[in-house]
Amino acid sequence: MDDKYIITVKDLTKKFGSFIAVDKISFEVPAGEIFGFLGANGAGKTTAMRMLCGLSIPSSGTATVAGFDVYKQTEQIKKNIGYMSQKFSLYEDLTVKENIDFYGGVYGLSKEKRKEKTEFLIDLLKIEDAKNKLIKSLPLGWKQKLAFSIAIIHEPKIVFLDEPTGGVDPITRRQFWDMIYEAADRNVTVFVTTHYMDEAEYCSRISMMVDGRIAALDTPGNLKKQFGVETMHEVFVKLARPQSNE
Amino acid sequence: MRTILVILKKEFLQIFRNRAMIPLIFFMPIFQLLILSNAATYEIKNIKFNVVDLDQSHFSRELISKFTASNYFTLNEVSFSVENSEESFKKYEARLIIYIPKDFEKDFRTNGKSEVQFLINAEDGSAAGIINNYATNIVRQYNSEIITKSSIVPEKTALINVEFMNWYNPELDYKTYMVPGILVALVTMIGSFLSGMNIVKEKEIGTIEQLNVTPIKKYQFIIGKLMPFWFIGIGELIFGLTLGFFVFNVPLLGSPFLILLLASVYMFVVLGIGLLISTVTHTQQQAMFIAWFFMVLFMLMGGIFTPVESMPDWAQTIAYFNPVAQFNRAMRMIMLKGSQLKDVLPALYFFVIFSVVIMTLAVWRYRKSE
Repeated sequence: MDDKYIITVKDLTKKFGSFIAVDKISFEVPAGEIFGFLGANGAGKTTAMRMLCGLSIPSSGTATVAGFDVYKQTEQIKKNIGYMSQKFSLYEDLTVKENIDFYGGVYGLSKEKRKEKTEFLIDLLKIEDAKNKLIKSLPLGWKQKLAFSIAIIHEPKIVFLDEPTGGVDPITRRQFWDMIYEAADRNVTVFVTTHYMDEAEYCSRISMMVDGRIAALDTPGNLKKQFGVETMHEVFVKLARPQSNE
Repeated sequence: MRTILVILKKEFLQIFRNRAMIPLIFFMPIFQLLILSNAATYEIKNIKFNVVDLDQSHFSRELISKFTASNYFTLNEVSFSVENSEESFKKYEARLIIYIPKDFEKDFRTNGKSEVQFLINAEDGSAAGIINNYATNIVRQYNSEIITKSSIVPEKTALINVEFMNWYNPELDYKTYMVPGILVALVTMIGSFLSGMNIVKEKEIGTIEQLNVTPIKKYQFIIGKLMPFWFIGIGELIFGLTLGFFVFNVPLLGSPFLILLLASVYMFVVLGIGLLISTVTHTQQQAMFIAWFFMVLFMLMGGIFTPVESMPDWAQTIAYFNPVAQFNRAMRMIMLKGSQLKDVLPALYFFVIFSVVIMTLAVWRYRKSE
C-alpha cells in the first residue's frame, strides 16, 4: 500500500443477484482529505461505503481502509474508523451522557477517558443543560452533531458519514460542516456521502457516482471548469441526465 | 469483558427505563398466579344437589345430612319426584339428584341390602366423574357406619374396602398443581419473547448498523443482549416461588436450589430460541408473531394445562423433545414430590444439549456483515 493513501479502492464491485449496485469503482483517498461521494438516490453511494466499513463483503475487486483489507480484516478496520449512518444511530431512550458513555465503552475507552470525553463533548456542543435528557427530547440538529462527535469519540483515522445532514436546516448544516473541518484539521480523513450539492462545494475532492460507476472525480473547482458551469448542481445535472433512464 | 459490561449496563438502563417493563415483570406473575391458579381449576366444590326422598326415614335423613355436612355439597332443594327435580338440572341450579326410594331403611334392616340412585349432570364428563366419586365415597362411609352402629348384619358383609390416598397433593388442590406450571410459562415467555424482541428492536431502529461498525465482537453482543433476560427470568422465578410458597401455600418439598440449577440451564434454551427468532426477523412484530406461534405450541403440548399422559402417543413423543414439557415436569416433580437431582438429571442433560444446539444455530445465523 502506498502510505500516502489511507483508502485505496480498485475495481470494487457489489452485485445483488443480477443487479450491479457498484460497478468496478477505483479511487484513492489521501489522509486528511474530505472526500465527497455524490450521486442520486440509488446510485450506489451507500453500498460502496458499507463495503469500505466492513458491513458488506464486496463481490469482487480490492480495497484497503487504513491499511486493512476489506475482505479479511474487517474487525481491524472497525477499530480504526468512525461511522455515522443516515439512519439515526443514537439510542433515543438513553440520555446524552449515557450514549457517550456507551459508545466510548464499546470502543474500549477506559472509565476515566470516557468521563473526560463526556465532559469535553458536553462542553464543546454546549449542551450542559441537556446532558441528562433523553436523546428523543433533543432537536434533530443537536442529535446529529452529537452523533458525529460520538462517531469520532475513539479518535479514528477515518470517519464515514452517510448523508449526515439529511433533514436539518441550513444553519445547523453549516455548523455541522464546521465540525467536519475541525476533524479534518486534526488529520482525520472524512468520507462523506451527500446529495446536497452545496455541501459538495465544501469537500476537498468529489466523486460523482452515476448508476454504480464513478462518472467524474476531481476537486469541485476542476469539475466546474471541466463542465464549463458555475455550480456543482449544474455539474451533477450534466452528469446524471444522459445516463438517466427516465 | 469491559465491552460486555458496557453493553449490559446499557441494556439494563433501557429495560428498566421502558415503562411497560416494570409492571410486566412484577405484576404479570402476581396476576397470573392469582387468576390462573384460582380460576382455572378442575376442583369441584359447592356442588348443588337436590334430594328426592321418598323414604323419609331416620336413615335417609342421616344420609342427606352426611352430604350437607361435607365441604363438597350444598343442598339446593327437596322434592318428591324426579321430574320436579329435573327442572333445576336444566337451569343449572343443581348438578346432582339423590334419589332415595321408598323402604330404603326397611330394606336395609330386613334384607341387609338397599339402594340409592345418583342422577348426575354429565355435560362435563370429567366433572361428572368427580361428583360421582365424592358422592359414592360419602355413601360408602355412611354404609360402614351403620353396619357397625346398628347390630344389623347385612347379608353380604364381605366388602372389599378400597381406601384412597391422594399422594403429593392430598387435598387435590388445583393451585398446587398449577403454580409450578405457571412459573414455567412465565420464564419461558420472558426468555423467548422479551429477548427476541429486544434484539430485533436494534434492527428496527437501525442502531444495529452502528454497532456492526464498532469493534464489538459477535459473542460480546449476544452475551450482553441475552444476559439481562437470564437475570430477569431467574429473578422472576425466585419471586414467583416465594409468592407461591408464602402467599399460595404451594408446597416446596424439593430443594429450591435444584429448581434454580435447572432453570438456569433452561433459560439458555429459551434465550437461544429468542435469539434464533431475532436472526430471521426484521421487526418486533414479526418476532412477536413467530415467538407466539412456537410458544403456544410448546405450552399447549407442554402439559401445563392438560396432562401429557392423556395425549396420543405421537404427541407424547413430541413432548419428550419439548423443553417446556420437560421443565414443567421437572418443576412439579421437585416442588410436589421432592424429587432429587438424580430424578431430574435426564431433563438437565436434555437442556444442556438443547441449549448448545440452539445457541450454535443462532450464533451461526447472526451476522455482523452481509
